Amino acid sequence: MKTQQLAQNSAATDSGIKSGSNLERVLAAGDFAVTGEIGPPKNFDAEKVRNKVSLLKGYVDAANITDNQTGIVRMSSIGAGILILGEGLEPVIQVTCRDRNRLAMQSDILGAAAHGIKNVLCLSGDHQSFGNHPGAKNVHDLDSMQLVRMFQEMRDKNQFQCGEEISGGGPPLFIGAAANPFADPVDLRPLRLKKKAIAGTDFVQTQLIFDMARFKEYMKKTVDLGVTETVAVLAGVGPMKSPGMARYMRDNVPGITVPDEIIERLEDAVKGISKDDKEARSHAWRSEGIKICIEQIEELKDTDGVAGVHIMAIEWEAAIKPIVEGAGLYPRPGGDT
Amino acid sequence: MIVADQKPVSDIKEMLHDKRKVLAVGCGTCVAVCFAGGKREVGTLCSALRMATELAGEPVEIDETVVQRQCEAEFIEHLGDKLGEYDAILSLGCGVGVQSLADKFPGTRVLPGLNTKFMGGPTEQGVWAERCQGCGNCLLDYTGGICPITRCPKQLMNGPCGGTEHGGQCEVDPSIPCAWYNIWERMDKLEIQDELMEIRPPKDWSTSRDGGMRRVVRKDLQKPVLEEDEG
Amino acid sequence: MNGDTEYQPEIIAFCCMHCAYAAADLAGSSRLEYPTALKIVAIPCTGRMDTGHILRSFEDGADGVLVAGCLPGRCHYINGNLYARQRVDYLADLFEQIGLQRERVRMINVSAGMGAKFAELANEFAETIERLGPTGLKRKPRAAAVAGLQLAENEHVIHWVDRDTGGHT
Repeated sequence: MKTQQLAQNSAATDSGIKSGSNLERVLAAGDFAVTGEIGPPKNFDAEKVRNKVSLLKGYVDAANITDNQTGIVRMSSIGAGILILGEGLEPVIQVTCRDRNRLAMQSDILGAAAHGIKNVLCLSGDHQSFGNHPGAKNVHDLDSMQLVRMFQEMRDKNQFQCGEEISGGGPPLFIGAAANPFADPVDLRPLRLKKKAIAGTDFVQTQLIFDMARFKEYMKKTVDLGVTETVAVLAGVGPMKSPGMARYMRDNVPGITVPDEIIERLEDAVKGISKDDKEARSHAWRSEGIKICIEQIEELKDTDGVAGVHIMAIEWEAAIKPIVEGAGLYPRPGGDT
Repeated sequence: MIVADQKPVSDIKEMLHDKRKVLAVGCGTCVAVCFAGGKREVGTLCSALRMATELAGEPVEIDETVVQRQCEAEFIEHLGDKLGEYDAILSLGCGVGVQSLADKFPGTRVLPGLNTKFMGGPTEQGVWAERCQGCGNCLLDYTGGICPITRCPKQLMNGPCGGTEHGGQCEVDPSIPCAWYNIWERMDKLEIQDELMEIRPPKDWSTSRDGGMRRVVRKDLQKPVLEEDEG
Repeated sequence: MNGDTEYQPEIIAFCCMHCAYAAADLAGSSRLEYPTALKIVAIPCTGRMDTGHILRSFEDGADGVLVAGCLPGRCHYINGNLYARQRVDYLADLFEQIGLQRERVRMINVSAGMGAKFAELANEFAETIERLGPTGLKRKPRAAAVAGLQLAENEHVIHWVDRDTGGHT
């Protein structure tokens, strides 16, 4: 079994494929990739995780499982990742630097690989002060850049971070990182992405994009720096549920700018509907939100350097189906994983 | 310098609840300069504590004194003569001072009157900010003199993260400037920004607190000893 | 003084010489009444007030301390009265931890010509202190009037004389 895996790795490198994951193959084939996101539950309810699979399976190439996002304890990313893999949906597990040191990270990724998990997103992690355990000690033994490099060397040099050889070969990983194109200092962000590319990133998922014009400027700089030659950029998109949500994101989440036109469109969507008819208003907003998201995806398909989209339908996984279908991205290449 | 803050009067009152007579010892070095444990602060705190314990029905007699440096044995030796009459020492020195007193006078209970906070300095009148974590392997030459271990809540070596907002504030605490935003700016001013494109490898934390309690030993300064076959 | 059966509030008013003391003087010469319980201590500027001075006043028997300075923006020493205000605010918070009512320390601002205002505020403060009653601290046998400033005589201090100044704070 071990020899087989090692051979697989060598063969993989020859054809340019590093992990053999579905997401990687879709991108390698030049198809516009789609990833989604599943937030794991705040308990060990496996059924709850499996139930979400049906909303994404077939509509995305892989699904992210967040890792104690915003510092709130949830089922582990790897744990939930194994569950969805078992249901036929490929996971992108997330690893934050906040909670684990280099030993735990390497150990966890070996465990994940043993279960067949291949896609991993490397993040610094939201500070614990945002979450429900603000008194916890944070780790930050490594930062996300060093984490990417560490995983890349495990995979390509078959070695642990300490330099020791991984007998039998390193795990086949498809390594991702996050990018926030509009956080301060804005000029720096393409450079930082370049640095992540040098570190060994294979794909990047950006923070939610609403300002298409500004994003195109960012992509131009990114392409000019040569980043997109080695890194697949998946632009973050997401449907708005209401103008209130749009305003909240604009004012409270770092790096998210929401153009006024979008807020206006959402507000106009409920014209003619009585203020008391909450259901109808919500339906109207959501429909418009999905419509806007589809339009954005169409624009991104035509943007140079954008290899796909990462759809974040927060607490609204059911929106993924209409969005993917509406954007002409269904069926997904390769069908089910 | 070491920066500390007084514990709330109500907390110290708790610590004193079964004591009848206590000696408060201040320190004339770091904590005096940050107005936590110098002579004046000792006077103010002890006045407050005497009143607080009396009003609580358990009056504590508190005598006051200050030594120049609580962390060094020579400056605290003389206290030994007086200690017999006290139930405890209330130290208004930093954590080092508290332990120095406790080590020197193991038969006397030593209570901490301060919360030692960090190594830092004044940034404006009345404000002290943390600057150094004592990682044991200074990397300030790589970051234009701004320490990311101390001033970045995520201790990034290759920052900034995606959370910098509103023109350079840290998302964790808007009153903290984003250290990496400032590092890039500083390196730009020094015209060496491209040095930051190098990926800094994982830090060896064994020189830091993580490696265990640290010591500095200077063999050239220790008391010399004649070898067996000498003199 | 036999203040055991009848409560005689002891109030110290630290008045800056440039404004408040003059206002108090004016009140006196205008025959405007303010309580005899109020003992006035002249200081060059309320900025000279240390939190320690006020605390020791209470330790030595004061029931209330009034700090009277110039109007904000008109301090003879530019911002001494602003520092005093900060210190009084700090003390008011500290008092709650000690077990004293925060109203026992107060800062007022008057100009030299505001004799009537001084009397009014002094009376108001004295009424508050009367209403609050004694602090509950054992009263010291000697007059509390200038106790706050005579730190060297405080029996609680071991006499480590400050080597630099040869004196006390």
